[in-house]
Amino acid sequence: MKRELLSGNEAIARGAYEAGITFASAYPGTPSTEILENVVRYKEDIHCQWGSNEKTAFEEAMGATFTGARVLVAMKHVGLNVAADPLFSSSYLGAEGGFIIVSADDPGMHSSQNEQDNRNYAIAAKIPVLEPSDSQEAKDFVVEGIKISEKFNTPVMLRSSTRVSHSRSAVETGERETPPEIHYEKDFQKTMLLPVIARKKHIIVEERQKKIKEFSDTFKYNYIVEGKTRIGIIASGIAFQNGREVFKDDWFLKVAMPYPFPEELYKKFAEKVDKIYVLEENDPIMENFARLITPDKEIIGKDFFPLTGEMTEDVILETLGKKDLTPEFDINSIPKRPPSLCPGCPHTATFHNLNLQKVTVTGDIGCYTLGGLPPLNAMDTTIDMGASITAMLGMEKSMEKAGKKLKQAAVIGDSTFFHSGITGLLDLIYNGSKGTVIILDNSITAMTGHQDNPGTGKTLMGDDAPVVDILKLVKDGLGIEHSFEIDGYDVKGIRALLREELKREKLSVIVVKRVCALLFKKPNWSPTIVDPEKCIKCNLCLKLGCPAITSKDDKAFIVSSLCTGCSVCIQVCPHDAMHHSDEDGMHIKDTSLVDFFKGGK
Amino acid sequence: MNTIIIAGVGGQGVLTASDLLSDVLLDAGYSVKKSEVHGMSQRGGDVIATIKYGDEVFSPLPAIKNTDYIIAFEKLEGLRNINFLKDGGAMIVNDFVWEPLPVASGAVEYPEDVEDNLRKYSSDLTLIPATDIATELGNIRTTNVLLVGVLASKMDIDKEIWINVIKRKVPPKSIDLNLTAFEKGYCFKT
Repeated sequence: MKRELLSGNEAIARGAYEAGITFASAYPGTPSTEILENVVRYKEDIHCQWGSNEKTAFEEAMGATFTGARVLVAMKHVGLNVAADPLFSSSYLGAEGGFIIVSADDPGMHSSQNEQDNRNYAIAAKIPVLEPSDSQEAKDFVVEGIKISEKFNTPVMLRSSTRVSHSRSAVETGERETPPEIHYEKDFQKTMLLPVIARKKHIIVEERQKKIKEFSDTFKYNYIVEGKTRIGIIASGIAFQNGREVFKDDWFLKVAMPYPFPEELYKKFAEKVDKIYVLEENDPIMENFARLITPDKEIIGKDFFPLTGEMTEDVILETLGKKDLTPEFDINSIPKRPPSLCPGCPHTATFHNLNLQKVTVTGDIGCYTLGGLPPLNAMDTTIDMGASITAMLGMEKSMEKAGKKLKQAAVIGDSTFFHSGITGLLDLIYNGSKGTVIILDNSITAMTGHQDNPGTGKTLMGDDAPVVDILKLVKDGLGIEHSFEIDGYDVKGIRALLREELKREKLSVIVVKRVCALLFKKPNWSPTIVDPEKCIKCNLCLKLGCPAITSKDDKAFIVSSLCTGCSVCIQVCPHDAMHHSDEDGMHIKDTSLVDFFKGGK
Repeated sequence: MNTIIIAGVGGQGVLTASDLLSDVLLDAGYSVKKSEVHGMSQRGGDVIATIKYGDEVFSPLPAIKNTDYIIAFEKLEGLRNINFLKDGGAMIVNDFVWEPLPVASGAVEYPEDVEDNLRKYSSDLTLIPATDIATELGNIRTTNVLLVGVLASKMDIDKEIWINVIKRKVPPKSIDLNLTAFEKGYCFKT
């Protein structure tokens, strides 16, 4: 037995190893990404892979369950929306070899477009859900989850959250269990969801839930912590840990499995106390079960605690009226430090041009969503993965019907295009769109920290893979005649191409190609410098939002330690005041468009 | 139970410093929990790591006015987190300005009274030109270890433990440089 300080995500990966899992898949998404990035440490024992999206990853895991494998699929909360279709089917099909679905939720929206509570999915799909409250439980619940999954022939959801996934605490690691034998015998009664089969399966699912509900009462990770008062707290996940900081002498019902809720255990707990607080992040799941079981009990839940954001120690104390959180120092009085596109980011020139040309831009999810913030201001909408393309079509057709027209473009990254942009593009072709689709191809899934995808030439396990050529795909594959590829650093070229294509009364695709600036090591970049004699402080370069460009003594100034010499500002400057320094070294622009892995990933 | 916050800008080595600190506290025999929050993009946003330690730690998150030590790698980031500081808690701030984008692009001014406010809201402030010292030592990247050195001088943990963890955590060829940076921080007097 070894004790290590692990993040929740590292612990889940370790759990996958110890549980005897042999197949794992995922699509990256904060806060879930590091799970598979750590499962890959056990690639001798576990086949692991990135799917193009959460639905494909989920279905690939289901395929593996048909061969008797123990499997894990991981995604962020909104990813499960994409995978909701196979999720519901998986409940009926069960899992002979054990099936863990990790949903990493994001209360507080640290890096997401919403804060949905995915325990609701477990209830809707009728599968049990486990909620770890620290790294030890994150690991243990994968191992326990596989046991539950096999015992009841059901997928099991593991609901993590940003604070569980991204905090570190001590974990006792154990040995790997022997995985079951991989085998396949045809039995379509087990694996085909025809209505005639599914009707029988639904009855089995309902019976199964009754059995798991009984099991929940005896599950050792649902337990009562004795207190010295007549006050009790029902808590799950990180809210349990936060609550322990506040309610030091009171009773706790620590719930590891909020659904099916441990009814008998709850009744025993409720007898000991007069007043019950329910601490859970986002929706009143446990609270509603408790109210149904003991309608006369005083239960304080979401009518009192906030439905939004995180249930931190401070939030609990403030809600109880025990702490005044009015800050002594008003931090809104100081400048914020918003994230920005990096120095040398190959997306900057495109957004600069879209802004100058006043284009209505339907946007998407990725680093490039930051192109919507000042000073680039070049994005109008963000919905979800892939919606840049489809929302553009909706706007275009609606305006067209009314006899109006917008100057419109859709902007999407390479990984997002593979995720769910391709099907949208089919809709554009099919429905006769005249819009312009810009695919920002930086040849990596950048925002989540550089994961490989079908365009990078590498798999998660580090093997070589074919590189999908986006230009070929859209031009030769889908037959979009006006398809172009251009260098992300070619400011004037992008400007001219945009002008041309936005005017064109036909669908066009512009692949803006240039690898992520962070994928290059910086051995000896020679930065761009400003000639103060020529600079008239017109501020055009500052409108690029490049973190390396600032001002000094009323002239533009480039922070040489940040500058990559990408040359975008040189091209933007109307007064020829910027040029490459003559120091020995190279500019990021000197490196080839795509040959970056040798450059030092 | 005690809390330490390390705050700075993405790319400054905040998370590396927090890993080092967690190891020191574990070696000193404490229970430790650590949480990290970083902005959406890879670089340029604010970053904060919280470490809680003691006999038994429940929540990994900091609470307002309940933090014992704050290390800020940049002045504005110190001020941004100052409400977490406990009365009598120690504030260690790198005397260094990294303009956030709204300032660099001219939309707003970098406040002139950052230092005044740091003094006003913390009774135990150490302002150290860590980036300048680290640059003089030969590697700006030792700024974080230097600031950890200042913290070490304020905490009641055997100096040998700090030194052993640094030796274990940093790349072999930069051990000497990092130990020098640690010592500079450890012996710093305002």
